[in-house]
Amino acid sequence: MKVLVAVKRVIDYNVKIRVKPDHSDVDLTNVKMAMNPFCEIAVEEAVRLKEKGVASEVVAVTVGPKAAQEQLRTAMALGADRAIHVQTDDKVESLAVAKLLKGVIDEEQPGLVILGKQAIDTDNNQTGQMLAALAGLPQGTFASEVDVQGEKVAVTREIDGGLQTVELSLPAIVTTDLRLNDPRYAKLPDIMKAKKKPLDVKTPEDYGVATGSKVSLIKVEAPAERKGGVKVGSVDELVDKLKNEAKVL
Amino acid sequence: MSILVLADHHDGQLAGTTAHVVAAAQEIARAGGGDIDVLVAGEGVSAIAEAAAKLDGVSRVWVADNAVYAHQLAEPLGALLVELADGYSHVLSSASTTGKNVMPRLAALKDVSQLSDVIAVEGIDTFCRPIYAGNAIATVKSDDALKVMTVRSTAFDAVAANGGAGIESVDKVVDNTQSSFIKEELAQSDRPELGAAKVVISGGRGMGNGENFKLLDGIADKLGAAIGASRAAVDAGYAHNDMQVGQTGKIVAPDLYIAVGISGAIQHLAGMKDSKVIVAINQDEEAPIFQVADYGLVGDLFEILPELESKL
Repeated sequence: MKVLVAVKRVIDYNVKIRVKPDHSDVDLTNVKMAMNPFCEIAVEEAVRLKEKGVASEVVAVTVGPKAAQEQLRTAMALGADRAIHVQTDDKVESLAVAKLLKGVIDEEQPGLVILGKQAIDTDNNQTGQMLAALAGLPQGTFASEVDVQGEKVAVTREIDGGLQTVELSLPAIVTTDLRLNDPRYAKLPDIMKAKKKPLDVKTPEDYGVATGSKVSLIKVEAPAERKGGVKVGSVDELVDKLKNEAKVL
Repeated sequence: MSILVLADHHDGQLAGTTAHVVAAAQEIARAGGGDIDVLVAGEGVSAIAEAAAKLDGVSRVWVADNAVYAHQLAEPLGALLVELADGYSHVLSSASTTGKNVMPRLAALKDVSQLSDVIAVEGIDTFCRPIYAGNAIATVKSDDALKVMTVRSTAFDAVAANGGAGIESVDKVVDNTQSSFIKEELAQSDRPELGAAKVVISGGRGMGNGENFKLLDGIADKLGAAIGASRAAVDAGYAHNDMQVGQTGKIVAPDLYIAVGISGAIQHLAGMKDSKVIVAINQDEEAPIFQVADYGLVGDLFEILPELESKL
């Protein structure tokens, strides 16, 4: 079974973002970029499926600018066999990404597609579900366990209140939650080998997909700054403040 | 044009979040958005529909009561929403795991974008939503004919339940051969729901182990609080995943939030910084949590927690 895994280049999760002075967007100039953490978990799961003999091939795919090839090389250093880069400098939103990935599914015919549940830049949590709908496939979102059994996959999902397990017919779409696995680090020899693995470059036009969106960004603002308060010296003082000053007890 | 709200429910009860989503729908209605209808989909949901019909501002409740909608699986629920969405200008759900699971399917099948985690209504087509873990707020305008959105329930005050909307059943039944429900393991708790509690006390890695989380129980009992956890505590196995507060867990905004042994990573702050009053208890006086806390207490939580419990 072929496994397709989608990755996104985003701001490194340790970086504190700044809003541009003209409020047009956040400022990403000279900011450290990395693979979205949920996508790292997706790559790890795909590679583990290959190591277990469930997957025969792992194909990584991304949509984004030329620089996003770094993240594809990372995916291949972690164990993906080859990569597809749908290259565009446009700002591509979830729906257009889902349409492009649908095009990749049509060409590649994977048995399983794994994506991160959300990207930590736009925090949308949409692409996997949209892809499932467009491809007419079942979905197991927010997965904390993935168990492929023959023509089916059992996915344990992190839901409000606990865990839910669903069984999906294959092919299926899975999106990863934090506790699905602990991603490995790429080793230097693997990073070197990844440079020689095949990477196909495509364009949105190859899939007949327009990247535009009817949602426009009006402005971006920093949230209301929360000011630190006071340090109290004792539990008594804390209880007194909560009762008499904050009046929340 | 009118507005459709997908009701959240579990354990045979209407979830409290629905009243908050209806409040968001009312703001859209006041901006010119028309009537508000609610969809209750599931199996054996008539009591839930009756509860939804009482919410102020609701004109009509659609009930889709059929085994195929049990457990609100995304594939049949998405297909049902696609059938019902015609004639509506807006379809809203809470940003619950059910809403997040199904709404993008509706949006994709209608060839429109989705707006996730809306926190403010600026107009009939203009909304605010947090990005980058809440470190920026984007104002976005949608020119799609159908606006599909999930709503952060803590950002809108719940509507009251003095209404009496009509209830109509949806005859449309969709097929589902692709997915089936196997099991659910839900945490049993007598405490209030984390997302709706007036007081939340959360533990972090500083709690040391899962057993020590019991130190929070007595305080939670006295305050009627829900118990939460940081991602670090959940990853370390100290607390169950549904207790996680943060960017990728639950977003809370209680009157009082008490963070115990939590350093305050930006991903955690994203989930609680809209709380009215924040208390931080931490051994490390340099911990970033103190930068957002109204009241900070530096010290050993194993001494502070029992003392706090006895003095409440």
